[in-house]
Amino acid sequence: MSKEWPLWEVFIRSQHGLAHKHVGSLHAPDAEMAINHARDVYTRRNEGVSIWVARAGDIFASSPGDKEALFEPSNSKVYRHPTFFPMPDEVKNL
Amino acid sequence: MYAQLVETGLSKLKTAEELSDAERAFQARIDAGIRIEAKDWMPDAYRKTLIRQISQHAHSEIVGQLPEGNWVTRAPTLKRKSILLAKIQDEAGHGLYLYSAAETLGVSRDDLLADLHSGKAKYSSIFNYPTLSWADMGAIGWLVDGSAIINQIPLCRCSYGPYSRAMIRVCKEESFHARQGYDIMMTLCRGTAEQKAMAQDALNRYWWPALMMFGPSDAASVNSAQSAQWRIKLFSNDELRQRMVDQTVPQIEYLGLQLPDPAIKWNEERGHYDFGEINWDEFYQVLKGNGPCNRERLRTRIKAYDDGAWFRDALQAHADKQQENKKSA
Repeated sequence: MSKEWPLWEVFIRSQHGLAHKHVGSLHAPDAEMAINHARDVYTRRNEGVSIWVARAGDIFASSPGDKEALFEPSNSKVYRHPTFFPMPDEVKNL
Repeated sequence: MYAQLVETGLSKLKTAEELSDAERAFQARIDAGIRIEAKDWMPDAYRKTLIRQISQHAHSEIVGQLPEGNWVTRAPTLKRKSILLAKIQDEAGHGLYLYSAAETLGVSRDDLLADLHSGKAKYSSIFNYPTLSWADMGAIGWLVDGSAIINQIPLCRCSYGPYSRAMIRVCKEESFHARQGYDIMMTLCRGTAEQKAMAQDALNRYWWPALMMFGPSDAASVNSAQSAQWRIKLFSNDELRQRMVDQTVPQIEYLGLQLPDPAIKWNEERGHYDFGEINWDEFYQVLKGNGPCNRERLRTRIKAYDDGAWFRDALQAHADKQQENKKSA
């Protein structure tokens, strides 16, 4: 039985110059074919100007159990948001 | 629907007391509208049901290319041919988005395909009907993709993140399919008497199979309660089917075609169209593999896969060799 092609994650930069965004995954034997497949599968409607592919196996992800340790610390730092500092109506341009 | 009769393996809902702590926490997340992601804990039955539902959906997209592929070389104009090819390519893409979503649940692509080819996994009954005339390309886009849209829009809000994201992509592309189908029907209905008769014939043949896409009636739908609780099914089969009938009857009237079911009648009290009884025996027969084209569809699918094996292997061998060369260089 033939070997299954490895899985790749696909990231596309949209027309508007924003950051590459994850759009999905696909199987391909190597990076070049992964880009070719990504063009066919994920950009049939002019969605992007640039494609990144990365082997799914090479991506390290946080696990759901780490959520608190990773994100809890920022919860108590509301002063990082500008809305923490109410400004008087008379004061402009702040 | 592209997924009909999806087994949950559970015939009745567990009460809150019967759920384990983990299951209760899981259900609470779903009830709160929080998406479940691939690495989150989930009950085994949820995982298995989703694999069945998403893979059945994926298989339907892939097999769904075959009835339309039948008309590519006989499309009436180059423009129609290009449009049909683009639509079929979309179906392949939709199948691939969905296979990827299923794979996040821990199954391999090869296993999914093996289940389709062995007949263990199902695909929608609708693709086991033959495409006898060019008008069928119109009827399929209009009625089959129309039914699929009604089904898939709610699934954009389903509880499993990768499935819902795949559905959002699919829905964005799907309305082109329905419109190009109706456009074919409009053109035929404005044409000669023979062309209009062709459109009528396609409507008559595809009407009931399209309504069967929504699955068994609610009374016979044993898996619905669990799927609804898990939010992988957001409306009942009969609700969605009614929506299809209600939106399509005026479209049939606009075309100037006869209604394909003499029992269709506006019901003022319900605020919906009444319609006739579906031939459920036919539905179950087609699902069991005894539809007009079941064997041919599967045979064609397997042949395409087997014929492509040498090419997939060659690309892999090339990739392996490049890797080796890089190492030794």
